[in-house]
Amino acid sequence: MDRAKLAVWKFASCDGCQLSLLDCEDELLELADIVDIAYFKEASSREVEGPYDLSLVEGSITTAHDRDRIVEVRRQSRALITIGACATAGGVQALRNFSDVEDFAAIVYAEPQYIATLATSTPISAHVTVDFELQGCPINKHQLLEVISSFLHRRPPQVPAHSVCIECKLRGNVCVWVAHGTPCMGPITHAGCGAICPSYDRGCYGCYGPKENPNTGSLVHWWQEELGAEQATVIENLRNFNAEAPAFAHESRRLAGEAGQESGDDQK
Amino acid sequence: MYNFVLQADDLDSLIQAIRAQGYEVLGPVVQDQAITYGPVACASDLPRGWTDEQDRGHYRLKRRTDGAYFGYAAGPHSWKQFLQLPTRPVWKAQRTDHGIRMTEIVDEAPAVAFLGVRSCELHAIAIQDRIFIDDHYRNDSYLNRRANILTVAVNCTAPAETCFCTSMQTGPRVTLESDLALTEVIDGQEHYFLIGSDSYRGGQILNSLPVKPATARQLQLAEAAVDRAAKEMESGSRQFDSGDLKELLYRNLDSPAWDEVAERCLSCANCTMVCPTCFCSTVEDSTDLSGETAERRERWDSCFTRDFSYISGGPVRADTRSRYRQWMTHKLASWFDQFDSSGCVGCGRCISWCPVGIDLTEQVARIRELEEPS
Repeated sequence: MDRAKLAVWKFASCDGCQLSLLDCEDELLELADIVDIAYFKEASSREVEGPYDLSLVEGSITTAHDRDRIVEVRRQSRALITIGACATAGGVQALRNFSDVEDFAAIVYAEPQYIATLATSTPISAHVTVDFELQGCPINKHQLLEVISSFLHRRPPQVPAHSVCIECKLRGNVCVWVAHGTPCMGPITHAGCGAICPSYDRGCYGCYGPKENPNTGSLVHWWQEELGAEQATVIENLRNFNAEAPAFAHESRRLAGEAGQESGDDQK
Repeated sequence: MYNFVLQADDLDSLIQAIRAQGYEVLGPVVQDQAITYGPVACASDLPRGWTDEQDRGHYRLKRRTDGAYFGYAAGPHSWKQFLQLPTRPVWKAQRTDHGIRMTEIVDEAPAVAFLGVRSCELHAIAIQDRIFIDDHYRNDSYLNRRANILTVAVNCTAPAETCFCTSMQTGPRVTLESDLALTEVIDGQEHYFLIGSDSYRGGQILNSLPVKPATARQLQLAEAAVDRAAKEMESGSRQFDSGDLKELLYRNLDSPAWDEVAERCLSCANCTMVCPTCFCSTVEDSTDLSGETAERRERWDSCFTRDFSYISGGPVRADTRSRYRQWMTHKLASWFDQFDSSGCVGCGRCISWCPVGIDLTEQVARIRELEEPS
């Protein structure tokens, strides 16, 4: 049987999620035996033409060029899995969605007229069909291997969509919110990191984006009314790496009193 | 049964006597600004002089004005974590030339002593025993662990604001069997424990301790300390009549109270994780990259997650309203049909550890309040 062809694609991103694959070390060698790593520019200049059995897509869509390129990647891919907050929610660069990208460009670049960019940063799923989204900033390498294994062996991935709170409780952590009064994003945040921050006595930042069925409004209400969190703190926590994830964006826009649109995918 | 007195200064002799019988002692310890359950090597590991302040969505470790060893209420941990492990491997499978070889994973069941078990917690363990040992589907991992547990109960004399065991008839006085049972008494300069035994192995440990027969006054003071705890709860805001809970909830499956609570509930599952009787688990099957080996793991699960009720086509309970209703009606109503008792022991953990302070006793009152006279 031919080995499955794996491709790794980069869009607007920091490369951290691709690095999680390189970071697999021992398992990476095993993976290279089992699949044909046909396209992975960060690891090798070798390029094998498509189609590909499995594409891992990192990054968000921020340019007209990338908007066309993702359609071609999809066309060449039997299964397409997005990895990381950029690809699944627009990433930290989606902060532009809450502001004017031209203002940012004017501050950063001496000659902003040479910058061709879209007004928004949008997730891959706003442009093409995605078979599975692996959340996290960056993704967890064990979860990445689990997703790849599940694809190779035609079984559902064991990536629970529940809260970080469950991970805390499985570890026996004392709740930093209840016992210390520390605002924590854990109750609305997708599990996967293993509850790293609460294990080190601080609140969850929400790196893994919204869990399924999140109640952001209720969390925010308690942060403000009972934990004394300032509105700016609440907005900062909602506008991190997953700022444009609908469950976070809706609430941060409400708080900021903005009348902006919910998602920028009309830029297609 | 509390026929003997052990001076507080001699408490360590109890711990060492238990250890000498080959048990690892687990008990209350101060950890991360809370009183949790962990290894106790000597009496100085215990939270002497510490207590807790609890309210809905609120827990703070506080100093006591006395040197009580057991002057605190139920905390973030429960004994469940040592009996029904949060996660454990169930089996491994290996592909061979002759098919698939399955290997059941029989985990080690260490001899463990639980020190400081409250009456509500003895009830919780008894409830889990009915589920995992007495019911149709026996859990051997639980059964093996449970068989090796020595229980040292301590009568509760320091209930928290969130406690309501008197409403559930599960405390504060220890009434279920335990290997050893204690009541802590501080009377002026005097500090001692009334101690007794319900079992042969408990009696053997008791015989090795520097105890004296209790006087009538000492017995009376111990009784009074537990009575005070009961009165404190009975006069508190969370006292309620639990006699008709099953009928009340079955009558009110469409109460607007469920919609109200769903507005606040985060469906984060904290209540079910800290509950000492919530027993649900799931299994996760996975393979390695090569597909040559597979593994099944068991893990605590919660009726507040989507995956819990997922069947072909989608989850049965997609929204928070249906998840909260499922949890509460199971805990307080259908548990009677299933296991012949309530699933709630009134420990109050779900109240304290709910991030947004949802209070089960308030929900009961609200359902009652909204019920239209039929």
